[in-house]
Amino acid sequence: MNTHLNRRHFLGGAGALTVSVLMPGHAAQAATNGLEKRPPLDPRKLASYVSIQADGSAVAYFGKMDMGQGTDVGVAQMVAEELDLPAERVLVLAGDSATSVNQGGASGSTGVSHGGATLRNAAAEARYVMLEMASKQLGVPMEDLTTANGVISSKSTPAKKVTYGELIGGRWFDTQVEWNGQMGNNLSVKTRAKLKDPKDYKVYGTSAPRRDVAYKLLGTGDFVTDIKVPGMLHARMVMPPVAGSVPTAVDEASIKDIPGAKVVWEKAFLGVVAPKEWDAIKAMRQLKVTWSDVKAPFPEQKDIYDHIRNAKTVKSGGEGKMLKEPEKVEEAFKNAARIIEATYEWPFQTHASMGPACAVVDYQPNGTTTLWTGSQKPHFAGDGVASILGIKPESVHAIWVAGPGSYGRNDAGDAAAYAAIFSKATGKPVRYQGMRNEGTGWAPKAPASVHKVRAGLDKDNNIIAWHFHSKSFDRLNVSSNESKPEDLLGGQMLGATPKPGNTYGTPAESYVFPVKQQTWETIAPLLDAVSPLRSSHLRDPLGPEIHFANESFIDEVAYATGKDPVAMRLALVGDARDRDLIKAAADKAGWQPRTAARKQRNGDIAVGQGIAYSQRNGTRVAVVAEVEVNMTTGKVRGKKFTVSHDCGIVINPRLLTQGIEGNVCQALSRATHEEVKFSKENVTSVDWETYPILDFTERPVEIDVVLINRQNLPPTGAGEGSMRPVAAAIANAIYDATGIRMRQAPFTPDRLKAGMA
Amino acid sequence: MAKRIELNVDGKAHSIDADPDMPLLYALRDDLGLKNPKFGCGLAQCGACTVLVDGQPVRSCVTPVDSLGAGKITTMGGLSKDGKPHKVLAAFIEEQVPQCGYCMNGWVMTTVSLLETTPKPTDAQIEEALTGLKCRCATHVSIMRAVKRAAMA
Repeated sequence: MNTHLNRRHFLGGAGALTVSVLMPGHAAQAATNGLEKRPPLDPRKLASYVSIQADGSAVAYFGKMDMGQGTDVGVAQMVAEELDLPAERVLVLAGDSATSVNQGGASGSTGVSHGGATLRNAAAEARYVMLEMASKQLGVPMEDLTTANGVISSKSTPAKKVTYGELIGGRWFDTQVEWNGQMGNNLSVKTRAKLKDPKDYKVYGTSAPRRDVAYKLLGTGDFVTDIKVPGMLHARMVMPPVAGSVPTAVDEASIKDIPGAKVVWEKAFLGVVAPKEWDAIKAMRQLKVTWSDVKAPFPEQKDIYDHIRNAKTVKSGGEGKMLKEPEKVEEAFKNAARIIEATYEWPFQTHASMGPACAVVDYQPNGTTTLWTGSQKPHFAGDGVASILGIKPESVHAIWVAGPGSYGRNDAGDAAAYAAIFSKATGKPVRYQGMRNEGTGWAPKAPASVHKVRAGLDKDNNIIAWHFHSKSFDRLNVSSNESKPEDLLGGQMLGATPKPGNTYGTPAESYVFPVKQQTWETIAPLLDAVSPLRSSHLRDPLGPEIHFANESFIDEVAYATGKDPVAMRLALVGDARDRDLIKAAADKAGWQPRTAARKQRNGDIAVGQGIAYSQRNGTRVAVVAEVEVNMTTGKVRGKKFTVSHDCGIVINPRLLTQGIEGNVCQALSRATHEEVKFSKENVTSVDWETYPILDFTERPVEIDVVLINRQNLPPTGAGEGSMRPVAAAIANAIYDATGIRMRQAPFTPDRLKAGMA
Repeated sequence: MAKRIELNVDGKAHSIDADPDMPLLYALRDDLGLKNPKFGCGLAQCGACTVLVDGQPVRSCVTPVDSLGAGKITTMGGLSKDGKPHKVLAAFIEEQVPQCGYCMNGWVMTTVSLLETTPKPTDAQIEEALTGLKCRCATHVSIMRAVKRAAMA
């Protein structure tokens, strides 16, 4: 029972509740037998993806991540299915550059669709290899062999049998797999085996439990903030009061009364270390610094959308067959009997993870440097530490430990780089954790944007031309992977020049129009380097804002042409799955067709319902929001959300449903509260008072999830798809309730009251 | 200037030398090596550092370590007895509440305190107790289910 070395059992309640406590990543790895003897990681080797323990259970080595939505459980189920094992007999080890190849970390909701699919293929190959071994050992042709619960037996002579554990338990597969030559998200391997027919699935569709919940509550496992290394120092950064300014003089004597406190200063990088954490914080606050005078880098907040509109285009792109012939699009609009257009605006938003990021780095110039990180891309974060330190990537061992929340490219990679710089400068292992203002104010931002949508109608109100256009800051002013100095604040402080991605995106839906064009242009960042407004990926990058605009506008056109918003969408979508999806949400929510805002009132409270839908890499989600608007205070409450969700085959219905619930609540928060505030000098959203999020009292009373299970279609990911249409559904519900069209997010009381005036 | 300070944490007496103004959080994490209370904001705005002092939820990130007197401090790790999870922890586990899990101290410790004084709270009483706590993963509906489950246990 070797794998059960890492399980303990607690009995709770009246004996009814058995809680299986699995230790987190690195602790579980220590308890996994034979790991110290593993062959070097190589994407061409089966052993890099899967192994069999002495007890016949399996271990899958996952180079992507779960960030608390149960992705690892889904992957365990995929692997278990192909190995004919129950899900609980598959341990998934993730987040350690010494145990898994780099499958890209958490990225674009591809944990299951890409990472899981690769491990599923490896599992099928492992079963195939074991069938070959059993065939020789039992003297039975492979076709006569069957597997069940880790036992291979002869169909014709069932007494002839052997277990996985007996065949190869505790040893490593020594065969190759056909690898596609790619690393990261696109890494895949082929198997000689025929994958199981979905009609024979037993483990897919079951709600295997999460594996990280108990340790997070019982305190039996570490968070990254808990990592302690002998001789470790605590570090804090001293951030500039005006964005863009750099230290010109540092009075080291100003912290001389603090035991062991020291300054680390190189170019624009300034921080302090001390043996005790509180002393590092005191030193950070007490240190006297002279900062360079710089021109305030930002416009007034109220002018941000005008700034975007007026700024020079850096790059443009888009989709649509007319892209190269814009004059044909304009011609279509010229032929229109009527043109409707609207502009939508979305603010900068930030990660504001529950705690500021933390990392520990133990720099060993002549050996292996270790990074403990909460980054959702630990392999890349390790590469980032190597690049910051100027050492080879293979000399860094990156270990993920649960961090304080991650929804994309937050401050975790920057923390890893800071810790590396501190460790190199002091010659000691260093634990860095930011202060609250860094987790909110200095984390990368989802970029503010302006979206202009036009529809050309013929005399019968049919849409004959459609143009969706976004203008925004770069979607990737710093890369979502944290492997290069120019993408890390610490690297930029030491002089690395940012290399912006200069890219954006377009709406994802299946609406069919005779002429359809989706375009974008990006503008320059407000500050080139070390900017608290540098833009990068936040959960469902660009999704909420683009679809807020697209799906609000569909509603506007519906009402302007006397059509019901649901009926109009059903008539326009060109995809049968989208039609089923929209209908499923509308039916479940009890949609009442209407061709004008209903403005239902209950005293001061206006009540409305709105729909929105979108796609995301094959996944599609429709949401019907029911909101209340207090017509005196202007406050919006998202009361109920009915969500229909089609992501192909459903692997784990309970975890999928809970993931959707989290996305809906986070999306509600972003739609109704979240806007990064800034002055001309710096970001002023620095804590929970200045960057408010959804309160418990504002949570939806009900989230009704309709899972559409497509048994024969591959899973296309569920991490972010349900974040996407929520803001638009809320805006459309506000319109139904009040007749007020929200074209600028978030939908705060001030904006609602302005609409009432 | 450091001073000898006595603390009673999870039923054990401790004696540390610390700056009297240092927040309790750092004594618990750094000096005593306890892992449950977390640094979230240092501003008493989020709840990730919550402990109970004589049964009352307290934000350890802003509570000076020398201000507790003989107060009995309970951390999330000190709730369970005899290897059996406290009913609030059991309910949060059963409902699979946490995503990242970093905020859990606030929700759990406040719920423990609520159920001590109000064993069968109404929805409004639960909201009154939990308002102000933060969960960035936005697991609010799971939290409500778990609190109700704990109240039924």
